[in-house]
Amino acid sequence: MKLPLWLKEFFIQVSITLLSILISFIVGAVFIVIAGANPIEVYLKLFEGIFLNPYGLAQMIFKATPLIIAGLSIALGFRAGLFNIGSEGQIIVGGFLCAYVGFTFTNLNSFVLIPLCLIAAFVGGAIWAGIPAILRVKTGAHEVITTIMMNFIAMALTNYFITYHFHLPETVHTQSISSSAFLGRLDHFITAFKGSPANMSFVIAILLCVICWWVISKTPYGYETRAVGFNPNAAKTAGININRNLFTTFLISGGLSGLASINFIMGYKHYFEEGFSQGVGFMAIAVALVGQNNPFGIIFSALLFGALSHGTLVINALVPKDIIQILEALVIFFVISSNIFAKKYLSRIRD
Amino acid sequence: MDDFFKIFSLSLLSQTIRISIPYILAALGATVSELGGVVNIGLEGLILIGAFFSVIGNYYTNNPWLGLLFGVFGGVVFAWLHAYVSIKFRANQIISGIALNIMAVGVTKFFLKFIFHSSSNSSRISGITPINTPLSKIPLIGDIVSSPLIIITIVLIFAVYYTVYKTSFGLRLRSVGENPEAADTLGINVYKIRYIGVLVSGALAALGGVWLAYDQHQFTDGMSGGRGYIALAAMIFGKWDPLLATVASLLFGFAEAIQIQLQTMGINIPVQFIQMIPYALTIIVLALSLSKSQSPSADGIPYEKE
Repeated sequence: MKLPLWLKEFFIQVSITLLSILISFIVGAVFIVIAGANPIEVYLKLFEGIFLNPYGLAQMIFKATPLIIAGLSIALGFRAGLFNIGSEGQIIVGGFLCAYVGFTFTNLNSFVLIPLCLIAAFVGGAIWAGIPAILRVKTGAHEVITTIMMNFIAMALTNYFITYHFHLPETVHTQSISSSAFLGRLDHFITAFKGSPANMSFVIAILLCVICWWVISKTPYGYETRAVGFNPNAAKTAGININRNLFTTFLISGGLSGLASINFIMGYKHYFEEGFSQGVGFMAIAVALVGQNNPFGIIFSALLFGALSHGTLVINALVPKDIIQILEALVIFFVISSNIFAKKYLSRIRD
Repeated sequence: MDDFFKIFSLSLLSQTIRISIPYILAALGATVSELGGVVNIGLEGLILIGAFFSVIGNYYTNNPWLGLLFGVFGGVVFAWLHAYVSIKFRANQIISGIALNIMAVGVTKFFLKFIFHSSSNSSRISGITPINTPLSKIPLIGDIVSSPLIIITIVLIFAVYYTVYKTSFGLRLRSVGENPEAADTLGINVYKIRYIGVLVSGALAALGGVWLAYDQHQFTDGMSGGRGYIALAAMIFGKWDPLLATVASLLFGFAEAIQIQLQTMGINIPVQFIQMIPYALTIIVLALSLSKSQSPSADGIPYEKE
């Protein structure tokens, strides 16, 4: 039987990625042995605690939700050749604006307030990406550096607003957003998820994946973006306004990152709290990478990293839970190192 | 007006230097790595690793100098990981740096629990005894000029400057960062030079971590506290020049010292705006394109030998 080329390529990509993940777990086992635990026991426990129990599944979904949205943000940037490592800062600013709208316009009903909060989250992230975007387009300042710097400015700025203006007495968070802006929890519909804060943000995240896939593969804008990312010079010759495309893509990427905050703000705690983003913006880079910048690949890789993230609680009794972070780093190392092999095999089968 | 002058005391100078040491060391490291063409945003993690390994070495040998060496060794090992992945496998250097930072947090917390049975800090360790010279008698700055680590840092600043601009290794380093193809044609081993650049950056950043740990006489979880990124900012602000990067580090340290000084005097300006200074300045410098031409041409681009 002869498989079509794209399917062959797909299988090669997926199997190389899976192999890299497998190797990461084998190397991770060394750390577990050093800590005096049995790796097989730890990994079995991890599997059991996540996949064989509805609460674990719900937690995986909960942790994966912001990773999916922020992963899309990073992947969209990558498609245009933009490296947006400012996702973390964009999540923070988006989350802040989302919460601000949520606790300010309390007299609005859900049909108005929920979309308004979503727009606020998007706009917050887009504004924060806007500064590096303008600099990139107008002065050529590299977005990697400017977005890193913007992350820290976002942290300091929101910290200032919380400390001096918006914190509830005796706390480090804002007041709660209006209950009209709450996104419902999934355990209302699926009783087995009881106790997990997994919420409708997950559904929004999946919808965003579909929209992103459609925009990237079916619209003129998506075609332009891919052309700019693939070969900017050729795109320019073909009459594409590169700077305009980069600028737009950067803003949308920032907006998506901003939306990654809704899982926490509108679906979980319902207030803005310092440090709520918990490095999601950085982990999202790994998510986009493992998901090969494909919206549907991102769902799977976000679920993987979400599962690992919930796994910290599952295995804590057996081995220091920080083994999970080591595993995450190993996965990134092995996947980026494997790209060179993937390229080699892919070019071989294409010939 | 009195207050104004009280700020500019000798203790401000001493505080500035204390704060700046890890920035200077990590910024020097970043400069060396990037001049060779490898972007290293794993500085943050390397500082953390240096701090942790030095505490472990010190804890087990009870010798702060061996601890220091172990800290630097740890930095080199972890930098090697970054070098291997980004030079040998031509992986994306930014992502590798991010992975290194995640790895460093994971490894230090993991072994902190395993060795010290704590999730927040290690046992207390001794620092390096100050050298007693006549200079040590000078009030306030006496303890600076007699601190071996500060002396080492000052020596390293000039050593890095000299190596980069006055030695044949420095010339090779800059040539593989500027134009690796040409360097290769001339018979320079691009991979080897880049490896050395990254490993040196690991050693220097780790030494910055050693300073932090010895200054506080212990390791605390996440004690790098964003310093690696400030060092990165200092490198850019310093236009990839070791001396200018040092000046930038001192400038950033100075801003922090002033803020601390103001706070002890009861003048409370929001600390957050001081914290923003290094990042905002770096963005402004980049926006004015002041640093654009200074960045090595092949910085961040993996080299593939034909």
